[in-house]
This record gives sequence, C-alpha cells and structure tokens, in this order.
Amino acid sequence: MEVLEFGFMQRALLASLMVGLVAPAVGVFLVQRRLSLLGDGLGHVALTGVAVGVLTSTAPVGAALVAAVLGAVLIELVRARGRTSGDVALAVLFYGGIAGGVVLLSLAPRGRATNLEAYLFGAITTTSAADLAVFAVITVLVLGVVWLLGQRLYAVSDDEEYARAVGLPVLALNVVLAALVASTVVLSMRVVGLLLISALMIVPSAIAQQVGRSFRQTLYLACAIGLVVSVAGTTTSYYAGTPSGGTIVLLAIALFLLVTAGVALREATARRRHRRRAEVHAAHPHEHGEGCGHPAVPHGDHVDYDHDGHLHAPHRTGAGVHYDEHGEHVAPPARQGSRP
Amino acid sequence: MSDRPALRLRGASIGYGDVAIVRGVDLTVHRGETVAVLGSNGSGKTTLARGLLGLATVLDGEVEVLGAPVGRLRERGRIGYVPQRHTVSGAVPATVREVVGVGRLARLGLFRRLRPADRTAVADAVAAVGLGDRMNDPVASLSGGQQRRVLVARALAAEPELLIMDEPTAGVDAANQDALAAVLAGVTASGTTLVVVTHETAPLAGVLSRAVVVDHGRIGYDGPLAGSELPVGGGHHHPGEPGRPPAPGYRLDQPRVTPEGGR
Ligand SMILES: Nc1ncnc2c1ncn2[C@@H]1O[C@H](COP(=O)(O)OP(=O)(O)O)[C@@H](O)[C@H]1O
Ligand SMILES: [Mg+2]
Ligand SMILES: [Zn+2]
Ligand SMILES: [Zn+2]
Ligand SMILES: [Zn+2]
Ligand SMILES: [Zn+2]
Repeated sequence: MEVLEFGFMQRALLASLMVGLVAPAVGVFLVQRRLSLLGDGLGHVALTGVAVGVLTSTAPVGAALVAAVLGAVLIELVRARGRTSGDVALAVLFYGGIAGGVVLLSLAPRGRATNLEAYLFGAITTTSAADLAVFAVITVLVLGVVWLLGQRLYAVSDDEEYARAVGLPVLALNVVLAALVASTVVLSMRVVGLLLISALMIVPSAIAQQVGRSFRQTLYLACAIGLVVSVAGTTTSYYAGTPSGGTIVLLAIALFLLVTAGVALREATARRRHRRRAEVHAAHPHEHGEGCGHPAVPHGDHVDYDHDGHLHAPHRTGAGVHYDEHGEHVAPPARQGSRP
Repeated sequence: MSDRPALRLRGASIGYGDVAIVRGVDLTVHRGETVAVLGSNGSGKTTLARGLLGLATVLDGEVEVLGAPVGRLRERGRIGYVPQRHTVSGAVPATVREVVGVGRLARLGLFRRLRPADRTAVADAVAAVGLGDRMNDPVASLSGGQQRRVLVARALAAEPELLIMDEPTAGVDAANQDALAAVLAGVTASGTTLVVVTHETAPLAGVLSRAVVVDHGRIGYDGPLAGSELPVGGGHHHPGEPGRPPAPGYRLDQPRVTPEGGR
C-alpha cells in the first residue's frame, strides 16, 4: 500500500488506530451518563494547556494533558457540590479554556509552532515519534483502567444515586472517568483536533447502541466502529487531500445515518410482519381467557392459547386487545420476538 | 454490633438543601423487623427512606443505620435499595443481567470482578422476580412493571441485611405482587430487616408487621400494621389508593419462586 511507504503516514495510521479504539471506549460511559459534551468541554480546556506548552517551550501534548486532567477533576468537584451554579461554572471553565488558549498562543514569540488550526482540527501528519510514545502510554493506561473499573464505571453512569446508596465511591469514579476523558482528548488532539474530539467519542457509541443488546456488546462494538472509521478516515484523507479529523467524523456520521435508517427499516418490517401475524386470529373473533375452550399454555411471563395448532397470545395495547401468533416457539424461548 | 438496632432515628430532621421535609422523627427498627412506611403523597416517605441511605441530608438529630451514623457507615454493601423511580433509564442498552449485577458490585470492593458465586446470586435474584428467561434481554425491551421487578432483583442480589424499598409494587400486576410477597417472605425469614415505603399495604400485608405512618413530615402512627387504617394525625390521613387494579381477563403464569427467594 502506497500510504504505508511514508514514515509520517505510518505514524498517522498508528495514532488513528489508537484514537479510534480509545475514544469510544470512554465515550460509551459519557453517553450512558448523558454527559456527551464533557469531551468537547475538556477539548476547550486542553487548548490552554497547549498554549502554555508552546509559550514555555515544553511539549504541548504533555501540557495539554495536565490542563485537561486538572479541568476534568475541577468539573467533577463542581458537579458534586452545586446544582444550577455547576452548569454555569462548567460553561465558564470551557469558554475560559478556549479563550485563554487563543490569547496565550497569540503571545507566543515568532518562530514557535503556533498553528492554532492544527490543534483545533488536527494535523495528523505532524505526529512525531515522541507523540506516538505518549499516545501509546495513554492508550494502555485508558484501556487498562476501563478494563479494571468498567463494571463500576457502568454502575455509576447507569444509576448514580443507587451507586451512592450502596456505597460505591461515586465521586472517585466520576473523577476517574473525567480523567480518562481528558487523557482521550489529548490522545485525539493530533488526529481529529480539539474541536472534533467529542464526535469520535460519541458517534461510534450512538451507532453501537442502536444495534447492541448489552452494555458490554455496545462497548466492544463502539470500539470496533471507532477503529474502522478512524483508520479508514485517515487513509481517505491521505488520498483525497482532506483534513483527517473532518474526514473521520464525516465518515462516522455517514455510518450513523446508514445504521439509523437500517434500524428504522427493520422495525417497520417487523411491525408489518407483526400485523400480518395478528390477523390470523381475526378469523375467529373472541377473547381468549380462562374457560374459553382453548387450552392455556404458559409461555414466559404470559399465557398462550392453543388454537387449532397455533399459539395465540393476548397483546394489550392502547387500542384494545389483539392476538399474536406465538406458534413458532413451543419451548419457552430465551427472548420473545413479537414484542414490538 | 449486631445487637444494635437496624435503624435508630432520634429527633431526626431530613431534607434537601437546608429545607427539612421530615422533622423530629424518633424511630427504632430492630433487626428482622418488617416495617411499612405509609402516608399520603408528598408526606415525606421517600425523603425519610433517602435519609436512611445517605441520599438526603440529615439536618438535625441522629440517624443510625446498622449501628453506625449514616454518614460514616462503611459497609453499605449490606444495604439493598429499590428506588421509587419506575424504570431503568440509561441511554446505552443494558441487559437484565448487567443491571442486576450492579447489586453485587458494592460487596466486592473497588477492583474485584463478579465471581461465580456472585453470578449465581444474580441469577437467583432475577429468577425470584420471575424474569429468569429474560436475563439477556435489554432492560428497555421490558414493560414498566417488569423493569420495576428488575430493580427489585438488583436489591435482592445484594443479599442485604437491610432492604429499603420505595413503592416496589407500583405498576406491578397482581400476580407479580403476590410473587414479590413470597420472595420477601423468604428474605425476611432469613433475618433481613425490611422497610417498605408503600401506598397500598394489601399486596404485602402478609410480610409486613409494623406500620409507620408519615404525615406532613412527622410520624403520625407507629404500631401494628392492622391498626394503621385508623384515622390518625387529625383525621386527614388517607393511606393509599383503593385496592389493586382489577384483575385482567387472563392470568399471568406465576414466576418460579423458591422459598429461599433471592438468597
Ligand atoms: N430533591 C428534592 N429537593 C427538594 N424538595 C424535594 C425533593 N424531593 C422531594 N421534595 C419535596 O419533599 C416533599 C416530600 O416528598 P417525598 O418525600 O417524595 O414524599 P412521598 O414519598 O411521601 O410522596 C415534597 O413536598 C417534595 O416537593
Ligand atoms: Mg415517594
Ligand atoms: Zn386465537
Ligand atoms: Zn379461545
Ligand atoms: Zn401484537
Ligand atoms: Zn407466547
């Protein structure tokens, strides 16, 4: 492959691989917690860190990491304390972050790398070998923490109040999650840029949750999707000459629309099939019940009525009762198929 | 420590911010007691329950849970809790197994994963609420009443010493209310202290022995459950909605209930 002939593209693809895997692994928890925009906010905060790094001639990536993690911890502490004021405090922190970053970068002496656009939208081909090393460490750390604490993070994201009632360390876990988000933001900086990071955390999860049946499945699926769109987007950007961040995100959104349409289509088909099944009963219009003459057959959490070799299940909706054909499963199934 | 009462409130005021909703409550619940917390809407039942769990603020007085002040209770994993919220709400799909599994986590410290024994406890709890065949289904695909039972299973899976349930029978049909009563009978037989906030005592009458009626944030009656229907607190107490919804035209099949319940 031609892409792989250049060192900068090898580094770019490696970086996009790590980002694609890590961003959704953290993003799923944010989506579950309905805090989808936390990544976006921390991206703003990281910009101040970048600027400080540029001004003081330290590595921008390291400085951004420090700023984002500090911002993340601060946000969690504010959230744990206040209510309405917390919302405003977050906004102040986020916009302060980006404003501070822009102003500080403008103060940098000539000759320093102050390309604002590169930080905001990504400049994957500028990924250095040193960056890659930092990214690899972040990747291992984030995935390791998710593996170790995933069940607890899920518990807190799913029902914070219950978690607190039974004594899980809610604040600590929230701080850990925020720190993971901050690390992911910095990891994504070169590939998708600080303004588009959130998309790579959230969109793969938004796709996966339409298909997944369990949290674990959704998590793995989101990571797989992130990996594919990230690597594919980077490759595409190389051939098309487009910025990698925007290309990756557009690809992810296209996939999101495709899957959403597919799921809608499948549901419409299922509804139509369900209506056809229900019509079988319409030929013998009476309400099945105790002593209606048809043998009752227990089936999961309800009772079917054996009707000339068909199993008919009462299905109550707002419009009254109709009967579903449950004949296709004689033994209690693992899941019920006819529940719309 | 186990000779200390399961709950002891002395002059306790509980509320949100600095507003006391429950005021000056004295209440002692001994180990193994089964208590119904009754009262009309907005009387402060949920606030009282949340105060016992550290979810509402103790503004005055003392609240001791399992022998320790509620703020300093270490082993909260010994508490089971069914919140009043009716449904499970996460944006990402989760299976019944995953949601109920959370009930075991608090017992395992910060890093340990669910062990085979924990998985068994989860499966038992889910079977006890009659959802054994829905273990791997997304919770969002269940009906409201079934989701309610998932939250009951999550509390049972903790094998709690103290089980606090806020309206566990709301939105659950008659057959499954009976099943829940059977499960709770098994749980209390093994010594679990049970506190049930409820509108309707009928479904769980066989399990609950003592009634505490909350009236405008104060305890208006505390005594045997049978006496709680009497007018108290100035005669404007209305303990609950009339009866259950009429039985549907067909019977749901009874979930498998083992005498040991979620144990
Ligand atoms: N989170 C809260 N913050 C402030 N006030 C609350 C909160 N939750 C409930 N209240 C108030 O406390 C009072 C009692 O509510 P609650 O304890 O839920 O009553 P019950 O459970 O008996 O219906 C109500 O007036 C309600 O408005
Ligand atoms: Mg209530
Ligand atoms: Zn029929
Ligand atoms: Zn019939
Ligand atoms: Zn139907
Ligand atoms: Zn059926």
